Amino acid sequence: MTIPRFWREFEHRYRLIGTKCPSCGRVYFPPRDVCPYCHRESVGKMQKYELKNTGKIYSFTVVYQDIPDFKELKPYIMAIVEMDDGPKITGQIVDASPEEIKIGMPVKAVFRRIREESPSGIIEYGYKFVPI
Amino acid sequence: MQNSRVKLRWVSKMRDVVIIGAGQTKFGEHWEKSLRELAVEAGLRAIEDAGIYSKDIDAVYGGNMSAGSSTFQDNIGTLIADFTGLAINNIPAIRVENGSASGAAALHEGFIAVASGIYDTVLVGGVEKLTDVPMENITDVISGEIDREWEAFNGSTLAASAAMIARRYMYEYNAKREHIAYIPVISHRHGSLNPYAHYKNTIKIEDVLNSTIVADPLTMLDCAPISDGASAVILTTMENAKKLKNDGIVRIKASTLASDFISLHSRDNITSFRSTIEASRKAYKMAKLEPKDISFVELHDAYSIFGMIALEDLGFFRKGEAGKYLEEGYGNLDSKLPINPSGGLKAKGHPLGATGVGQVVESVFQLRKQADKRQVSDPRYALTHSMSGAGGSSIIHILEVV
Amino acid sequence: MVGIVSYGSYIPKWRIKVEEIARVWGEDPEDIKNGLFIYSKSVPGPDEDTATISVEALRNALSRKRINDVGAIYVGSESHPYAVKPTATIVAEATGFSPNITAADFEFACKAGTAAIQTVMGMVKAGMIRHGIAIGADTSQGAPGDALEYSASAGGTAFIIGEKDTIAEIKATYSITTDTPDFWRREGQDYPRHGGRFTGEPAYFRHILETSKKIMELMKTKPEDYSYAVFHQPNGKFPSRAAKTLGFKESQIKQGLIVPYIGNTYSGSMITGLSAILDIAKPGDRILAVSFGSGAGSDAFHIEVTDGIENYPRENAPDVWKQINSGKFIDYAIYAKFKGKIKMGE
Repeated sequence: MTIPRFWREFEHRYRLIGTKCPSCGRVYFPPRDVCPYCHRESVGKMQKYELKNTGKIYSFTVVYQDIPDFKELKPYIMAIVEMDDGPKITGQIVDASPEEIKIGMPVKAVFRRIREESPSGIIEYGYKFVPI
Repeated sequence: MQNSRVKLRWVSKMRDVVIIGAGQTKFGEHWEKSLRELAVEAGLRAIEDAGIYSKDIDAVYGGNMSAGSSTFQDNIGTLIADFTGLAINNIPAIRVENGSASGAAALHEGFIAVASGIYDTVLVGGVEKLTDVPMENITDVISGEIDREWEAFNGSTLAASAAMIARRYMYEYNAKREHIAYIPVISHRHGSLNPYAHYKNTIKIEDVLNSTIVADPLTMLDCAPISDGASAVILTTMENAKKLKNDGIVRIKASTLASDFISLHSRDNITSFRSTIEASRKAYKMAKLEPKDISFVELHDAYSIFGMIALEDLGFFRKGEAGKYLEEGYGNLDSKLPINPSGGLKAKGHPLGATGVGQVVESVFQLRKQADKRQVSDPRYALTHSMSGAGGSSIIHILEVV
Repeated sequence: MVGIVSYGSYIPKWRIKVEEIARVWGEDPEDIKNGLFIYSKSVPGPDEDTATISVEALRNALSRKRINDVGAIYVGSESHPYAVKPTATIVAEATGFSPNITAADFEFACKAGTAAIQTVMGMVKAGMIRHGIAIGADTSQGAPGDALEYSASAGGTAFIIGEKDTIAEIKATYSITTDTPDFWRREGQDYPRHGGRFTGEPAYFRHILETSKKIMELMKTKPEDYSYAVFHQPNGKFPSRAAKTLGFKESQIKQGLIVPYIGNTYSGSMITGLSAILDIAKPGDRILAVSFGSGAGSDAFHIEVTDGIENYPRENAPDVWKQINSGKFIDYAIYAKFKGKIKMGE
């Protein structure tokens, strides 16, 4: 990713800041500028919302594909986590073996390196999850 | 609300759109052929099959997903029109991109153009050249179909999405892993009879289960291959067609497209594709048909679980029950519901943008009874189901032999 | 009085045993264990570095007490992920302190973290800031096959320093600095080098003992006046011997002696031992905490635990020994992959 493309999402990637619709109260992550349920009622009014870092595994897989960015992690656990604040988030589960992962398992978000541009390029950080 | 979106009151005023020509390349690894050569080969075959001349074509719609990211070639519509010799006529030529449903989306656009009366005869093509992409980048190119920022960036892939759907499906419906393996087995059985297919080997349930894991629980044999290929059809009005042919005219009874949240994490439910449900309900209404009327179905089985869920979302089986019926033998050529007579994406191959048009090419061959060893007996209505990403959009075509 | 308002530590999950490293390099593990008093060390995951460890340590401190009025954040490490581009900015952004804050990275071998503590103490005392954050963290590298490979590990601790509502007061700090080249890493080099036995008497012991004696003189205290003492821990042997030489008993250093199980976390070393002591400390406890950084220098702190620790929710973050004991062991091959020691193709 180019630097600005990554940089402009810092607060979302680093701190799980999503948005909340003032009209219906739904919380979104990734952030949305328009609430799909309230449309015009929400335009220009969506509020920043920092998610609590805890949730439960909704589904998961163990990825064995050859992806250069994630070579050292292979096989890695990919999951959809249902956050306690409502939204679901796609992220890796780390510090865990595949055999201990179950749907419904409580996890928390942690701050990790996601990938790097190149050995001399910028390091891209973001969220992953660990079992609690 | 959702179901009211098809302006059915206009359907009766649309012109009948028919397919008078179909052609495709073999799907697979075309080391000697470039993107444009594949497109030209399929396009010329369709034109020849239609019995028309290049000058009869009013517009070109080309489906392609990844040329920009895979071969750094954009402006595909113009390129194809140029090298099929149509640029000399200065006709409109447009690339349509809708992920791996790009071909079907191009057909949808071509259908609208002819039905509306804007154009009379159009060439709809689909093409993808994936073997020019370095192996290590191919997953990343395909990940362009899911949300790059919030799924792929974090390590998710389309296969990972499919696997998470499969695991959730097994969890919610207590489904057996073996059930998910039926679709690839059926696809390979039929693909083995198709000269256009990428893979012609037959496989067993155990082969699927014991194959190399791609994204647990899915193995390599749950996943469609990386293929090159192109496919094309010629659309025109019924009136025109009747001047050219006496039989083998295939009418497009329905052409519908529906979308959904692109990311799995934004959906309330990932064991069903809302886009498939919406598009198929509209299609049945438009065609005035029901699932039981369908003679055979071409499914978007990019991943086994996609095909299985689609069978339920298309209304053939109730939720969670597809596995049971597949185990009983549904899907075979001689069953009540033949599935993927072409070999599907799994065996026939999955050249992304070419796939959706390829399903229609197969359906035309089937409806004209030109499908040789893989011929479905006496088919009347064909349904094709194409999908982008993990159900981000679905496109349904219902075809009828006239 | 300036002191610790909150604290938190982070130790990566992965561990490698001395036996496993010794197996690869043809050494006798018993020799190592007896010689260094190290049994295993922590290993960072391939997606962990000093920035991620610092963020997790600080988040643990913040989950015990969320302080918003922070004016400075300094991260001490000898393994900053960038040679040029601060770790502290990443930490400030990830913990929500950006942009109204001053920040910088510190480097002083294994005592960069305590140098950061002294700096924010001064700023707080001067009234320049209400609270300051000092972090010491490392993902240290030992050259494959070198004696350092048995100890160089990963971890870190963060302190929020302030004057009000402290859980422990820092009554005094004292430092010694000399030019002693016992351990170094040149710019652009992957692995550090060291002076072998020269790292002992003229470096570690001279500085640690001198600084400890000086601060006790200053505070008019004797070893028995302290409930706990914690010294920099390059291995298990050195701090135990330093403690004994100074007249401390094993019972005073046991709680903070974490190196036998997680190795030397460099800038995180002594302060993570201090964190383990704060995990169980009671009001009135006195703690002598002495760091050492090669190159060389030593910072001593006389700390007294306040009544504030009684209502301070230590349980909101995992304590140090819990983190030490929840490690998972990996073999040398996975360790080599995680630490980037395998030469990869393009």
